[in-house]
Amino acid sequence: MDAQEKIRAQVTANPVVLYMKGTPQFPQCGFSSVAAQILKACGVNNYVSVDVLSDPEIREGIKTYANWPTIPQLYINGEFVGGADIMREMYQNGELQKMLPKAA
Amino acid sequence: MMLSARQVQEYIQQGLACDHVEVQGEDGQHFEAVVVSPEFVGKNMVQQHQLVYRALGDRMRQEIHALSLRTFTPETWASVND
Repeated sequence: MDAQEKIRAQVTANPVVLYMKGTPQFPQCGFSSVAAQILKACGVNNYVSVDVLSDPEIREGIKTYANWPTIPQLYINGEFVGGADIMREMYQNGELQKMLPKAA
Repeated sequence: MMLSARQVQEYIQQGLACDHVEVQGEDGQHFEAVVVSPEFVGKNMVQQHQLVYRALGDRMRQEIHALSLRTFTPETWASVND
């Protein structure tokens, strides 16, 4: 299975997937840390997080998958939602809270 | 040579028709940008950010470690500046 197929399988098999650097407990980048904190603030605990630092193929493949060059990346029900800035904006205007509970 | 906020601003302006671009960031790797472009009209946030990333091309993968983005259409920009 190549990286694109692997990513497709991950985001379709799980309602909420966060690709990040490090883990929610030990994030390795400020933006990834913000993304994990936003999910926590939305009350989502049972999401799947993928540490791209532990898998170079996923780390590069995820940039191509959504045509998005940066990490973190949030997927809900297989759809790319955005990176840290978009997550923050959607959290501030309440859109993210509406999307998440239905999915998680 | 270290990348400056001004260079990032020029790269964005070269690749995207903008009414206004403001870039901040001192360390050569982390930048914050506000971009106002008529090309954002009718596009969602993901598509707007993708247009900025496209303007930056490979620089986004190589030189720039992090770019925090806020995008506005000319209309929404006018309303936040009222």
